[in-house]
Amino acid sequence: METKQALMKTFEVTGMKDTRSGFGAGLTELGQTNPDVVALCADLTGSLKMNDFKDNHPDRFFQVGIAEANMIGIAAGLTIGGKIPYTGTFANFSTGRVYDQIRQSVAYSDKNVKICASHAGLTLGEDGATHQILEDIGLMKMLPNMTVINTCDFNQTKAATIAIANYSGPAYLRFGRPKVPMFTPENQNFEIGKALLLNEGSDVTIIATGHMVWKAIEAGHMLAEDGISAEIINIHTIKPLDSEAILNSVGKTKCVVTAEEHQEAGGLGESVANLLSRNLPTPMEFVAVKDSFGESGKPDELMEKYGLTKENIRLAAKKVIQRK
Amino acid sequence: MELNQICSQIRRDIVRMVHAVNSGHPGGSLGCTEYFTALYFEIMNANPDGFTMDGAGEDLFFLSNGHISPVWYSALARRGYFPVQELATFRKINSRLQGHPTTKEGLEGIRAASGSLGQGMSMAIGAALTKKLNQEESLVYSLHGDGELQEGQIWEAAMFAAAKRVDNLIATIDYNGKQIDGSLDDVISLGDLNAKWEAFGWEVLTVKNGNDINDVVAGLKSAKQLTGKGKPIMIIMHTEMGYGVDFMMGTHKWHGVAPNDEQLQTALNQLPETMRDY
Repeated sequence: METKQALMKTFEVTGMKDTRSGFGAGLTELGQTNPDVVALCADLTGSLKMNDFKDNHPDRFFQVGIAEANMIGIAAGLTIGGKIPYTGTFANFSTGRVYDQIRQSVAYSDKNVKICASHAGLTLGEDGATHQILEDIGLMKMLPNMTVINTCDFNQTKAATIAIANYSGPAYLRFGRPKVPMFTPENQNFEIGKALLLNEGSDVTIIATGHMVWKAIEAGHMLAEDGISAEIINIHTIKPLDSEAILNSVGKTKCVVTAEEHQEAGGLGESVANLLSRNLPTPMEFVAVKDSFGESGKPDELMEKYGLTKENIRLAAKKVIQRK
Repeated sequence: MELNQICSQIRRDIVRMVHAVNSGHPGGSLGCTEYFTALYFEIMNANPDGFTMDGAGEDLFFLSNGHISPVWYSALARRGYFPVQELATFRKINSRLQGHPTTKEGLEGIRAASGSLGQGMSMAIGAALTKKLNQEESLVYSLHGDGELQEGQIWEAAMFAAAKRVDNLIATIDYNGKQIDGSLDDVISLGDLNAKWEAFGWEVLTVKNGNDINDVVAGLKSAKQLTGKGKPIMIIMHTEMGYGVDFMMGTHKWHGVAPNDEQLQTALNQLPETMRDY
């Protein structure tokens, strides 16, 4: 029999950093390495950590003011002639506010625009529900031709920021406000559409994205204490989804939990359910926001109130194992 | 061939295209025929034989009010971007000539989808900024409906272009005073349009008769002279919706309605065939 410790790999936390700073660091590097990269911001340069790019490359930085629709359109136009525009604002103003602009001028027009969205989800905190978009993954993944990425820590966000410059096509990159544990490797290779197997297990598959990946790891340790072997997958790319990795894992564990800081409708869980219902019908539980807006509060308080904690993942795993 | 003769053929193409599928937007298309003819046959430095999305070294054009696609398609085909015969596929299944323009089908000459209104000026500004970054002298042109100016994004773009001195952009408004629900003044009046654009910091020109080819060419040439001086250029071009077909003029009725067989014949009798019908 395996020891409890052997059931769950330990990840070293190398610091606490916000994913948006990972975006800023990635953009800084792109500024030095890729002269085609340009950046646009709608009056949130500091919040998006774009100041370094702005200061070092003023000719390639466009402050558009509080005019997100115009920003998306200008970004689309900048691609004509070979620029690679990165737009930066909060996730709500990056998607819901400008959906039709993204749909027609970016996705349908097949423009190489990188829509970079910070302060996604509940962990934006005190500003409340007007700013806490929980529908953006759904909005973006529904668009034909759109790649959707939600990163889990500073290093992964930096790597993703750099990687999407080398991918030709519209992309949505989602990250957040709070400082979260940094545990993925520095200077990692980021492969769009490739799931990362964090921990091999046999009893249940936990598929998490964004800030919920670390919570899934924490839940994995709690489950190991109970003698449960959890396979944990870090899904940074929600579209295109790594079907093979998911089917391989779920084929082995026979049950699955998804975890995301997003509405249950339209999120990662829905994409996984779609995949499994067609190929491998499997008991499944969803750790996500249940058809609700958020509210003001501290990030951790909100995550607890809306059911997005390691404990919620642990309970969901136990429940889904019972349903096997 | 004289530009007026080209206009006549483009108008024939427009009414035949919309008649063939009993759909599409003849009114605004007919009203902007002189503009497209001037742009593609006289004003723009464009490369119909070797179309590329990037359009390096070329002037670029963006149609913001995508519903007047018939006039654009005809002008592109007649200029040699794609075979004239393809106009017969307009709005039909599997066609590259979608109801509203798209890049998806790879139609030469089209660099952005349009149809949902208000987005073309932002796109044109972006393309103009890239021209500057690439240190190109080329210009970017855009066309907008007057009703389209009711969209807020236009004014976001207007503010930006002036503030950031996008002076390699020549935008034009098709000022025919009509939209689907009636006259602009009945729907939402634009008020003093010249004053609005001037207040936003644009250089504003007026083309008094947008259906006089000489007036349009002269207006566009004047606009070119004003580029590179720190201000974006706006041409307010007065046109008559449905111009060239008598029963389509003086009303907003033909904004998005196709002629029947009899009406088509009446229209074609007023429009000499100068370049051979497709």
